[in-house]
Amino acid sequence: MTGVLLRAGHVTRRFGGFTAVDDVSMQVLPGEVVGLLGANGAGKTTLIRMLLGLIAVTSGRVDLLGGPPDRERRRRLGYVPQGLGLYGDLTVRENLSFSARAYDIAEPALPATLTGHAGVLVRELPLGAQRQVAFLAALTHSPDVLVLDEPTSGVDALGRVALWDTIRAQAERGAGVLVTTHNMQEAQQCDRLLLMSDGRLVAQGSEADIIGSTTAVAVRTGDWAQAFAALNAAGAPVMLAGRSIRVANADPAELAGVLKAARIEASLQPVPATIEERMLMLARGTEVP
Amino acid sequence: MTSSVRSATVRFGPTVALDDITVEVPGGSVVAVVGGDGAGKSTLLRALAGEVPLDAGTVEAPPRQRLGYLPASSGSWAALTVTQNIDFVAGIYGLAGEELTARRTELLDRASLTPAANRLAAQLSGGMRRKLGFVMAIVHRPALLILDEPSTGIDPVSRIDLWRLASEAAASGAAVLMSTTYLDEAERAAYLIVLDSGRVLVQGSYDQVRAGFTGLVTRADQPVRAEWTWRRGRALREYWPGSDPPPGATAVAPDLEDIVIALSLVRRQTVPS
Repeated sequence: MTGVLLRAGHVTRRFGGFTAVDDVSMQVLPGEVVGLLGANGAGKTTLIRMLLGLIAVTSGRVDLLGGPPDRERRRRLGYVPQGLGLYGDLTVRENLSFSARAYDIAEPALPATLTGHAGVLVRELPLGAQRQVAFLAALTHSPDVLVLDEPTSGVDALGRVALWDTIRAQAERGAGVLVTTHNMQEAQQCDRLLLMSDGRLVAQGSEADIIGSTTAVAVRTGDWAQAFAALNAAGAPVMLAGRSIRVANADPAELAGVLKAARIEASLQPVPATIEERMLMLARGTEVP
Repeated sequence: MTSSVRSATVRFGPTVALDDITVEVPGGSVVAVVGGDGAGKSTLLRALAGEVPLDAGTVEAPPRQRLGYLPASSGSWAALTVTQNIDFVAGIYGLAGEELTARRTELLDRASLTPAANRLAAQLSGGMRRKLGFVMAIVHRPALLILDEPSTGIDPVSRIDLWRLASEAAASGAAVLMSTTYLDEAERAAYLIVLDSGRVLVQGSYDQVRAGFTGLVTRADQPVRAEWTWRRGRALREYWPGSDPPPGATAVAPDLEDIVIALSLVRRQTVPS
């Protein structure tokens, strides 16, 4: 596989007077895992639905495997939605038979962890096992493009390791993977990140590129509860981190003033901001995207 | 005051949901319970809330009217507005009149829900609905606040709002116990408890958990033992519980994700699942 697997060129989508996706250009190459981040309503789902050919673009152009996302090209796509897209009232085996028939391929063999569950109704399986079935249903036809919505939500640490091994194996055989996530640890597993806000692509690249110029201040004090209350009352975007307090995009001198007025002794230290803090700043509109 | 469960065991038929668990939740702090689906998080929270009887052990918790509980399911009534949901719950606790109006106004403001006050709960986004559930759990100023996965599946901005609300409750003296599937979120709590198949894998402050972790985690470009190896992004990590790593291996400072994976691997290799 060579060339761009998934491409959006200046894509815009309007619903009535509302612009859900605004002039977004992005691409996914073979062998890479790209993370798509953004708050609810940022336009992630609309963008994905256009890339998958489920809704039309208002303007711009979408290419899946070098052409429009038609039925034939969609056969080479694997998609695991957040709701997993399985039939709860069918067994594991029946679900897999159904997807195998849809793609016109042989039914997959069950991995060791699922063999005991072949005849079990999917809705009676633990969530981790359901996720494995959904992955199997989406991957057996060796898709060239894989789209995953919050792939490891609700799974324990070892389960996450197993799912990410599967995702990496797909990238290593040349598939391009697009992952939407709210989980910052999941974001850190990706090769490259895209950040959307208000329908626009506002940053892309590494974690550092996403964080951009957002800064944070760590407030350390003997009485965190009082310091928290004082800063919160002053309208600062405060967060707790253990027993210390973090404030995004704050002026240390201004924070020191608030704490001094409340007679709280504290040490203030500039620290690297997190992706979440960048998203919070975007949502608060303190930064024009 | 401190709420606790001690030596608690809960069985559902042949399944042991909680296996001899001791957990304390002191007033004024946020305690996080972390683990995957089926680890026992909800059972622990429900045991503390008095919703699940113990097969062994003891529970110490404030009386019902001093307890706030946000269940993992929605926690609000879809056909009522935001205001009606809050007023209904507040009425149960005897809150009415001007006192209720003042409390509702304050909480809606802190949860950034004021513009949605007259919207039906059914028309809220997932994040807004969780924040409404939170407001309903805290409207009567409980001494113990129990939150079952308040942040699962909601976006980071609403997650930060929820954390701020939970921190405020703790800052005003409440004991807050919340479950989460996000380890980075657990790092933020004053005290964290990692559950795995109904047992405590590790607990303590993040600093205590790091200090108590033994063995070495190395960057594994050429993993020696596949069963002790896991992936972080494009890199691999390998754990050396007792034995020394081979010469030339680079040790890394493990974060909570590494520590939990390493301890889970130890448990898998000593306890047949």
